[in-house]
Amino acid sequence: MTSQLSADYKVDHFQKKATVVGLVGAAVFLFAAVAPYIFATDVTSAWIKLFYLISLATTWNLLAGYAGMVSVGQQAYIGLGAYGIFVFNDMGLDPYSSVLVASVAVGIIAFPISYVAFRLRGGYFAIGTWVIAEATRQIVIRFDSLGSGRGRSITTYTEDAIYRNLFTYWVALAIMGLAIVATFYLLRSRLGVALQSIRDNEVAAKSMGIKVSQTKRIVFVVAAMGAAAAGGIICLQGLGVASPNTIFGVNYSAFMIFMVLIGGIGTIEGPIIGAIIYFLMDYYFSQMGLWYMVVLGVLAILIMLFLPRGVWGEISHRFNFKVFPVGHQVQPLFPGIKLKKK
Amino acid sequence: MSNALEIKGIAKSYASLRVLEEVTFTVPAGQAIGIVGPNGAGKSTLLSVISGTEKASAGTVLINGRDVTSVGSEDRTRMGIGRTFQIPRPFTNLTVFENALSGATFGAGLKRKAAEDKALEALEIAEMMQYANTPAGQLPLLARKRLELARALATNPSILLLDEIAGGLTEAECDSLVQTISQLRDSGITIVWIEHVVQALTAVVSRLVCLASGTLIADGDPKTVMQSPEVLEVYLGGGIK
Ligand SMILES: Nc1ncnc2c1ncn2[C@@H]1O[C@H](COP(=O)(O)OP(=O)(O)O)[C@@H](O)[C@H]1O
Ligand SMILES: [Mg+2]
Repeated sequence: MTSQLSADYKVDHFQKKATVVGLVGAAVFLFAAVAPYIFATDVTSAWIKLFYLISLATTWNLLAGYAGMVSVGQQAYIGLGAYGIFVFNDMGLDPYSSVLVASVAVGIIAFPISYVAFRLRGGYFAIGTWVIAEATRQIVIRFDSLGSGRGRSITTYTEDAIYRNLFTYWVALAIMGLAIVATFYLLRSRLGVALQSIRDNEVAAKSMGIKVSQTKRIVFVVAAMGAAAAGGIICLQGLGVASPNTIFGVNYSAFMIFMVLIGGIGTIEGPIIGAIIYFLMDYYFSQMGLWYMVVLGVLAILIMLFLPRGVWGEISHRFNFKVFPVGHQVQPLFPGIKLKKK
Repeated sequence: MSNALEIKGIAKSYASLRVLEEVTFTVPAGQAIGIVGPNGAGKSTLLSVISGTEKASAGTVLINGRDVTSVGSEDRTRMGIGRTFQIPRPFTNLTVFENALSGATFGAGLKRKAAEDKALEALEIAEMMQYANTPAGQLPLLARKRLELARALATNPSILLLDEIAGGLTEAECDSLVQTISQLRDSGITIVWIEHVVQALTAVVSRLVCLASGTLIADGDPKTVMQSPEVLEVYLGGGIK
């Protein structure tokens, strides 16, 4: 039963659009890289926070939105990434390169952890990841060299605050760029089809020949590396870790979930939008103290009620529009053949 | 002739519920065989034990002479088993084409362009091409069932396991389905088809087995099986229309 279908149909991967988006993205990235020379330092240092929030939201979305792994334990890797700076800095590496090396090291640690976490499903997986994060914190604070529970500062740091900020800014920008590009690339590759199949139906995904655990493990490790890199930036910006309870705090998971749900889970753009919304709220309202948390909560509830797809999810659905083209479109090459619209 | 499938002494229990007991039969390569039996007889469970979706409590499954009892369903798919689910399990957020592409890429192990061609071919055979760009979650039920067939075909199976794909079709649609499955059979694919629509089944298969309460109660050519006293008894007990 063979036919000449490839002569009748064309499968569009939106390659042209992807190239354009890549070029525009590269331009934005370059602009952001020189922005510290244009804007005041306090503005650009606020951007550092935006960059690591976007990295966190993007990698959590990859985990939960595309691979169906709803983790509330990414703070394990944020914390390890932050503490990793001390480990590698003490070995003589500069703090900025330590962010990247620590991120890779955390990826290696996340690999065996995945075997424990993957024994659990659904809600148990979520709680299990949280327990793992708590256990990780407990282990880390046993080490005297890591401040044994009191936090620690980075010892050999760039003296000049302006350069310190500038280097941190570039590292944060690079990591955000990497997180977005990696997600975009992953979703356009065959792995993207596998992930979304697994998310939508694991049993059916297996019967399509997809190696489910192996595929999920790749994403689990990549997301851990992303969280670790963000943790490293948080450490750089704070000149160290003020308190292990904060850096290993479940609050980070809450914020990640907030950003992704507000922006739109399961889209590349959503977490970026969500991170920007959260960043602006944080920037303008965080002095409100307790009321700030109330405002965040109310906003989350309103969006869930009225825009259940999230802000970007709703826009994308309504106008059938994506900035980052993923997926496939079958196009008949003869006018006689018609496919259903949508 | 070599055997595509050898099922030996399969038993399956869910907690204290015994669903399958001592099920044994073989299917020669290229044969089309039908499975009938009342609701709850264990037909779908048997299919899942063959595809590896469910683990048997006892017994062995051989695919093309190889013992796969402890092999997972993803590897059995790569070895040539394709299956549909009685209750469709679409990848709801992927398009129909991407659903098939998933099978062609991983099940059939094809590279990009070849996988796309295979997926298109599967959609064409299952008459799903018009829905190619529709998200699977938006399909009506009958189309979802057809998507099951398309996806299974995309994995390039040498053994195709079908679970009640003819229910709810009009006569014309049913005839067309029968023709499609017959062509697949003639192309050399081994077929195991669970179906309540017996006329559709007997138009394609050369052999029928009847499962009742988890055991095989008849096995032979379709006419003989449908007229055997054991099967008639099960029928009169209700279950098959
Ligand atoms: N996952 C499961 N857990 C518990 N019982 C099940 C499960 N799957 C099927 N069963 C039971 O096994 C029996 C056989 O089911 P099934 O194989 O679907 O029958 P059939 O396909 O012949 O209608 C039924 O009594 C059903 O309730
Ligand atoms: Mg059934």
